[in-house]
Parts: sequence; structure tokens; C-alpha cells
Amino acid sequence: MGQEKRAIMRYQKYMGYQKYQRYQKYLTFFRMRFLAGLQYRAAALAGIVTQFVWGLMELLMFRAFYQVNPNAFPMTREALASYIWLQQALLAIFMTWFLENEIFQTITDGGIAYELCRPTDLYDMWFFRSMANRLSKAVLRCIPILIVAAFLPAPYGIGLPSSLEAGLWFIITGFLGFLVVVAFCMLIYIITFFTYSPVGVRMVAISMVEFFAGSVIPLPFLPNGIRQLVELLPFASMQNVPLRVYSGDIAGVEIYARAALQLFWVIVLLWLGKRLTAVAVKRVVVQGG
Amino acid sequence: MIKVEHISKTFKVSRRSAGFSEAFKALFHRQYECIKALDDISFTIEEGEMVGYIGPNGAGKSSTIKVLSGILTPESGNCIINGRVPWKERTAHVNEIGVVFGQRSQLWWDVPVIDSFELLRDIYRIPKEVYNNNLEELVTLLNLEQLIRTPARQLSLGQRMRCEIAASLLHSPMILLLDEPTIGLDAVSKIAVRDFILERNRNHKTTVILTTHDMQDIETLTKRIILIGKGNILMDGNLEDIRKQFSTNKRLTVEYQGDHIDFCEGMTPVSSSNQLATFDIDLSKLNVSDAIAYISRQVDVNDISVDGPSIDEVVAKLYHQYQI
Repeated sequence: MGQEKRAIMRYQKYMGYQKYQRYQKYLTFFRMRFLAGLQYRAAALAGIVTQFVWGLMELLMFRAFYQVNPNAFPMTREALASYIWLQQALLAIFMTWFLENEIFQTITDGGIAYELCRPTDLYDMWFFRSMANRLSKAVLRCIPILIVAAFLPAPYGIGLPSSLEAGLWFIITGFLGFLVVVAFCMLIYIITFFTYSPVGVRMVAISMVEFFAGSVIPLPFLPNGIRQLVELLPFASMQNVPLRVYSGDIAGVEIYARAALQLFWVIVLLWLGKRLTAVAVKRVVVQGG
Repeated sequence: MIKVEHISKTFKVSRRSAGFSEAFKALFHRQYECIKALDDISFTIEEGEMVGYIGPNGAGKSSTIKVLSGILTPESGNCIINGRVPWKERTAHVNEIGVVFGQRSQLWWDVPVIDSFELLRDIYRIPKEVYNNNLEELVTLLNLEQLIRTPARQLSLGQRMRCEIAASLLHSPMILLLDEPTIGLDAVSKIAVRDFILERNRNHKTTVILTTHDMQDIETLTKRIILIGKGNILMDGNLEDIRKQFSTNKRLTVEYQGDHIDFCEGMTPVSSSNQLATFDIDLSKLNVSDAIAYISRQVDVNDISVDGPSIDEVVAKLYHQYQI
């Protein structure tokens, strides 16, 4: 027994493994979750069809706007089409309502007991798990939607990124936006520790975010005055930035400012989430005996 | 090794009666009651000891296990396990303990059990050789050969529980906390699990704390029992001593040929039918051999058996005595 323990310790010290190993377990967790997520083929197929139809409907709606008054249109129609198709293709990455019921369940039915028996940080573990879950869903769904959208005629299809630089920044701001989304969802999970039931938090958080993040209508369509304010909120650091960078709607120096704001929100949300988790774990009640 | 001192934990419980109007009232004015789940609990457990932790439902058994495993933070009191306070150094602490919650599952529902094991291997950073050795030992002892390649959702409760126990031991914990590990198991699985726990304790010097309602578990596994009721430790002692203390009666079953048996003082008839009679003997008034002699003088005895009170009866008496 003691011998085995020592063997473990020796192993951990070996080659300064400690640091690298610290994240190894989260990566394994990521891999497991990612592979599990890939299993759901039927759900993915249903998702693809829904999102494709939804994208078409949105485009038709905006077409009607455009026909009424082309001058009042705040984006080019090509930029808007790219925005909508990317949004539909990457739904699983950027939509806050893509929450994991399993995590809520763990909190509400007391499964949390086992999660707390592990030598892992609860926040980190759930963070990686959420990322993996979203990525695995997005991987299955995005390609068919993007391929079909690429073949649609001019103002309705998706084009290539406006420049190589835009493409690169799309990836960077997309990743930052992804982190903002996951960090925000972590707050929803953690608040459940205090409210015991996720229903209320979920509803309030989601309906608020959907609007302010630009998933109902892109933020440029909001009236002046309100728009400038909304752009500063963390919700505007989610899909709003990468989807507009892609088509050149946000370009030049403005990209840096937006990316910096995204980074700011990532840090704030992570900090807040970690603090709240620490408090929640102290007062955790394992429900259901 | 485990030292628990004056631990208290209170839960706030909202209560209301049934019915629509009560539910409506509770919207505006909610009544809370503070339940003392643990009230000034203290005990010490040495390395390699096996302790049975018993008490009626809601006595605070599971809460104690959760405090010991670092999940719950008590309001007051202190607890040192291997030199650490569980809830303050949770991650370091849980590396050294294995926990089984009989009514929950730690296995991933959709994937084969072996995948969950490998995830645990990475989470606990178990070196390859240690993992392989442990896995082999666990698979053989708990008979998991077939089971580990099956998804957890397709296992029966008993099969799953064996896998759960294996999962808790992959990282060679020095302390094993078992919260009702035999709940819902069939006789074969129960015996397998018990034998396994015994073996683990004998060969690995694993300290085991076990809560259960199955007194057979306690009888086969532990010498020492701690009785908890309403959040208080009522008794901490040796199982045999307690049994003696409560063994004031013996039950005698006699199969005989002859008319009928007269009773003497200290014998209480329980049942008597065709050539078969059962008596309770009060040991303070009559000893067993005298009773047998007394009976065999009257009738031809074919067969006779003497039973002490079962452990279940002893415990029921204990609960009764402490009014819990």
C-alpha cells in the first residue's frame, strides 16, 4: 500500500510532470466528452435541417426589410448572409441556450457528491466539459450547412472571408467569443447551487442573452444610442464580433478594440465564476440524501 | 489516522403541509426549520480499522461520510485525516480516499465501464503499472471480466455496484468510505462485496468506514460499531459486547414425540403446534441446559435448536433503548 503511494508520488515528480499533468486530466475529460458528443447522429441531422430552414427564413425576413428601405440597411446583404449562415453552422458554439442538462442534474439530484470526490477543480472540469460538448456538436453540424450555403446564389449564400487577415481574426475572435459563451454558461450552472432549481435562472439568462448577443437580429440593426451601449456588454463579445469580422463588417483597428474587449470579458467572467464556485462549494448541500 | 472532534452541521429544511392553500401561503411566508444533521460528533479511527457506522434513516450517517470525504463543510468542529482537514485541502485529501455512495453512480452512463476506469486513471494520475495491477486484481476478485466492456446503463444494480467499488479503489486509497455499498444487492453479490472488502482490509491495510442497514454486513465485516441517532453518537463499542449486553433471551425450538410440554418459570411459550414447540428462555432465571433437561424429562426429543437474538433484533433493541 505505502509502496504504491510512493510509486505514484515518484511518478508525479518524474520529469517535472506536475505542471503538464495538471492539465492532462482535463484534456482526457475533454476527449471523453468530445467522443461521447459525436455519437448523437440523429440529433445532429435534425439540427442541420432545422438550422438550415431557420437560416433561410431569416434571410427572407431581412430581404423584406431591404425591399422596404435599402438605405436604412446597416450591413451589406452579403455580410448579413455570411453572418446568418455562420451563426446557424456554429450554433452549438455560440448559443447560450446550449446548456448541459447533465450538469444541472448533477447539482439538483446530488450527483455532485462524486464530482467533489475527485482531485480536480470543479470549475475547470466543467469548463472543459462544456467546451468539448459544444465543439463535438458543432463539428457534426457545421460542414453540411456551410457547404449548402456556399452554393446559394449571390446575396443569399456565404462567401469567403473578406480577406486573409479577416479569416485569421475570425478564428481568434471566434475562440475568444467561445470562451465568453462557456464562461457565461458556467455562471448559470453555478447559480443553480444557490437557487436549487435551474428553471428560473435559465429562462432569465437565456432570453436576455439571446437578444443582446445578436442572435435574434444582428446588433447593427439596433437603433443608435442603444446599440453603442449593448456593444459594450459581455453578450456582444460572443458571436457578434467573429461573425462580423468574417465578412469585413468590422475591420481595421476596430478589430483590435473588439478583441481586447472580448479578452477583458473572458477574464472577468472566469474570475467571477471561480469566485462563485469557491463560495458554492463551501455551502454545497448534497440533495437527495 | 482519522480524528473527528466536535463536528456539527445544520441543514435548513423548508416544511409545509399538503394542499393548495398551504402551497399558496408558502409563496409569501416560508417556514424553515433547522435540522441538526450532526451535533457535536467526535471519534477516532486507527489505521487498518474497520468500523460499522449504523443508525436509523436520517440519523446523520451519510452526512458524516460526506464531511469525511471533504464534500460538506461543517459549521464547527475539526477533523484531521492523514494530517489534513478534508474540506480545506479537498483535492489533496481525495487522492487518498475512495468513496462509494450506494445510491449514486460514478460511472459514465453511456460508455463501457472500462472507459470510466481510464478516465479515473487520468484524473487521479495513476501510474501505468499501478493501474494495471489494481485493475487486474479488482477484475479477478470482483469477477468483472465481462462487465467492464459493457456500458454502465446495461448493467444490473448488483453488477454496477461491483464496478462502482472497483472504480473507487483504482487509485489505491488508504481509506475507503462506503455509504450503503450493499443496498439492493442479491445474496451472491453481497457476499462477493463483503469478501472483497475483507480481503482489501487484510492485504492492503485499508481503513474502512461503512454505513449500512444490513446488519449482516456489520456482522461479517466489523468488530467496532458506532451508533448515531439524531446527529449524536450514542454508542461506540465492540459488537460482541453489545450483543452480550442484549442477549438476555435464547430461543429454543424443540421437535418432540409425546403429549405436550409443561413450562417452568423463565420459559415463555412462543408457539406450539403438532410436535413442535418454541420457547423463549429468560437467561436471568433459567439457563439453557436446565431448560433442555427439564423438557427431555417430559417428552422424547427428536431435535432441538438454540438461537440467540439476531443482530437485527439487537440493533432494534439498541434503537429502542436510545429512543431513536
